[in-house]
Amino acid sequence: MDRRSVFKSLAGLAALGAAPSAATGAVIGKHTILDPGLNPESLPQPALTGGLAFLTVAEARTVGAVFDRLIPADELSVGATQAGCVEFLDRQLAGDYGRAATQYRQGPFVKGTPQQGPQFQQTPAERYRAGLAALDAYCAQAQGKAFADLTPDQQDALLTDMEGGKVDLGGTDAKAFFELMLQNVREGYFADPMYGGNKDMAGWKLVGFPGARYDYRDVIGKRGQKLDLPPVSLLDRG
Amino acid sequence: MAQQRARVDAVIVGLGWAGSLMAEELTRAGLTVVALERGAWRDTTTDFPPAVDTDELRWSTRRGMLQPQAVETLTFRNRPDQGALPLRDWNCFQFGWNVGGAGTHWNGMTWRFKPYDFQPHTLTRRRYGDKKLADGLQVQDWGVSYDDLEPFYDRFERLAGTSGKAGNIQGQAQPGGNPFEGPRQRDYPLPPLQRTRACDLFDAGAAKLGLHSFPVPAGNTSGAYVNPLGVHMAPCTYCGYCEFFGCGNWSKSSPQACILPALKRRPNFSVLTQSEVLKVNLAADKKTATGVTFIDAAGRLWEQPADIVVISAYQMDNVRLMLLSGIGKPYDRASGTGVVGRNYAYQTISGASVFFEDEHLNPFIGAGALAQAVDDYNSDNFDHTHHDFIGGANMLIHSTNGRPIGMGGAVPPGTPRWGSDWKKAYRDSYQNSNSVYCQGTSYGHRDVYLDLDPTYTDRHGMPLLRVTFDWNENDARMAHFIADRAVEMGHAMGAKVVSRFEPTAKAFSPMDQLSSHTTGGAVMGADPTTSALNPYLQSWDVHNVFVAGASCFANNGGCNPTGTVAATTLWAAHAIKEQYLKNPGPLVKA
Ligand SMILES: Cc1cc2nc3c(=O)[nH]c(=O)nc-3n(C[C@H](O)[C@H](O)[C@H](O)COP(=O)(O)OP(=O)(O)OC[C@H]3O[C@@H](n4cnc5c(N)ncnc54)[C@H](O)[C@@H]3O)c2cc1C
Ligand code: SF4
Repeated sequence: MDRRSVFKSLAGLAALGAAPSAATGAVIGKHTILDPGLNPESLPQPALTGGLAFLTVAEARTVGAVFDRLIPADELSVGATQAGCVEFLDRQLAGDYGRAATQYRQGPFVKGTPQQGPQFQQTPAERYRAGLAALDAYCAQAQGKAFADLTPDQQDALLTDMEGGKVDLGGTDAKAFFELMLQNVREGYFADPMYGGNKDMAGWKLVGFPGARYDYRDVIGKRGQKLDLPPVSLLDRG
Repeated sequence: MAQQRARVDAVIVGLGWAGSLMAEELTRAGLTVVALERGAWRDTTTDFPPAVDTDELRWSTRRGMLQPQAVETLTFRNRPDQGALPLRDWNCFQFGWNVGGAGTHWNGMTWRFKPYDFQPHTLTRRRYGDKKLADGLQVQDWGVSYDDLEPFYDRFERLAGTSGKAGNIQGQAQPGGNPFEGPRQRDYPLPPLQRTRACDLFDAGAAKLGLHSFPVPAGNTSGAYVNPLGVHMAPCTYCGYCEFFGCGNWSKSSPQACILPALKRRPNFSVLTQSEVLKVNLAADKKTATGVTFIDAAGRLWEQPADIVVISAYQMDNVRLMLLSGIGKPYDRASGTGVVGRNYAYQTISGASVFFEDEHLNPFIGAGALAQAVDDYNSDNFDHTHHDFIGGANMLIHSTNGRPIGMGGAVPPGTPRWGSDWKKAYRDSYQNSNSVYCQGTSYGHRDVYLDLDPTYTDRHGMPLLRVTFDWNENDARMAHFIADRAVEMGHAMGAKVVSRFEPTAKAFSPMDQLSSHTTGGAVMGADPTTSALNPYLQSWDVHNVFVAGASCFANNGGCNPTGTVAATTLWAAHAIKEQYLKNPGPLVKA
């Protein structure tokens, strides 16, 4: 069986109700029968296919233009949008990540010192909504164009200023928004392709990462040698 | 009104490493034990087999196994005169979550502290005189010695299937091991893991500098293994998906792989999952506990009466539960009195990033504890007469976490962080970079402590724990010295670019994620005015409450904590079985 059919059969078992229910606050002791099979919550959760789930078309265009400057197409590999990083981001923002499901969200919200870390009242999805609008408004005012219509050099100059904290985007902390986009584009470029980015495992091929492999016992003895292991994805959706 | 459950001999709060080890000991002694765990049941086949595990985004970047801040976080400030704010997103304080706790997704570096680390007060004064200690430092002995704990370290290494090489067996030096370790009764149960190119480079560098290199003791099995409970472990496959991941192979030492399979079969043991303890209930005289109150997944309150309460909810939550329950006097900085929250410590980190040329380090091959180290500058292993600090650090190179999202920042200093130049630099440095990472000692200080936050609460409306921490002068001086040694090591290894790393030169921020190792706050000791627990982890004030975890460390050692968490827990379990059960009451007169 290849990885995909193993995965399907495990998923089948879980669907038949053979998995232990982790969600009930169970008493587990000698008499608890824990059946084999996967906990359905633990199964890989690939991104949905289809159209945009959170971003508007205009937002996708703006963020795509930013992403293609952060990870541009060049002789080494494809750029961020070709690798699917906008789809990746869109699915992330539509899900738990976008709604800050894991974050502590209680107030009061106070700015604090840099050491105390981010104190955003907005979720990542809300930060993108506001930040992309602020970025385009800034470009419209300064250059009479949307960000995506600037020349690559103009785009790079603006991004450099955002990175250096030299741009005032009103209610959006431009430097923090730059950092968020940089982090997310790297995620999209290098995460498993099942999340919508890293198309054809372009990111993994760029650096030579073999992906979702789980056993290197046969090669660990080849210390310091070039291995050229072709990458594999968790769900073979590359 | 809380619903009542049937009385048990012992209730265990939190089923991570400390809770599992304690439960194993007490059930083997015949006690009826219920463990309450706030997270869900988690096991290898059902939750993190290889078909689920190899996913950097989910488990490492998004921290899918850790306890979310939404459930509980900490508030933080550097100094007592600042207002604390909640840490809202992932940071260095990484709490375990679900059965197994942080023991499920840790790396597995399984150290013993040095004999000096347990008696820093006595031994520092003996060697250097009274004036060695910087102002404000609270250096104190643990009330237990390395020799007391040795059999329990040994027991844990056997249970965990630790892979390593002894350096000192009963006083006899062993070639290839750590010459600075305390004497051990025998070697590790498994030989060291296989090596990587990075380990070779480190060894060569150490040899050039006259330092003593050895393999880090690893909770990643170098071969098949059966532990003393009859539990089988399989060989580590060097998959590299270790820290922040569960192990799909039964190769990483963890409560799931090593303890729970045996524990689960005992008729006198059970665990209630998704059951969060809100407080320990005390009798009217406040000298004994009657049990605990917990809240289940449906939001119902329950009372679990028990003769013995073991708090093993991780270092931070141990301190928080003591404060919420009124066990022990809270530390008051103004008067310098009180003990709960006192002598909190972190791990003092420094080092150097190293970049080679034309190497194939193959960083994706690794294991959580596949590392080579030197201890020449750790603890009191070198003469401090001419240094203005005490303590030191372990220095190591680590083959693990070679994954492409996380390593994106690992490019030589001065390289752009984006654009085509970054892509080129990253492509090259992916195979050429690593770091010399130094984990240093940390000592208690007057201005560093834990208490309850006056403003922010958890999802149940209970106050969060507030952390007041910044590097103290002693530890920062030590880290400065160690960073210099790491730079020397980088050059000796033949790195083309060596970039010094000294985070202690500026104010500490939890967002820097330097280390997950936090200790203290409910420390053990022989003096009830400076320790919350006696040397058997028993509360000085409430004799049927025992508190297990790194909260008991009077200071942090220059290495990872869990070996010592386990040894102190097993030592306390031994005292409960051999002394307390026969005659319940304080094991030490206050
Ligand atoms: C990423 C990472 C890597 C690490 N690597 C290493 C390493 O290489 N070497 C090393 O020595 N150490 C390492 N550590 C530290 C190690 O994981 C801990 O020292 C160890 O797990 C502590 O054991 P514990 O039993 O005290 O706490 P845990 O193992 O965390 O268990 C505590 C349990 O209590 C539960 N709990 C908390 N509050 C409550 C409550 N109110 N009611 C009920 N249950 C509760 C939690 O859900 C958790 O399951 C690492 C930690 C992390 C996060
Ligand atoms: S590196 Fe080894 S111990 Fe760690 S998860 Fe992989 S197989 Fe398990």
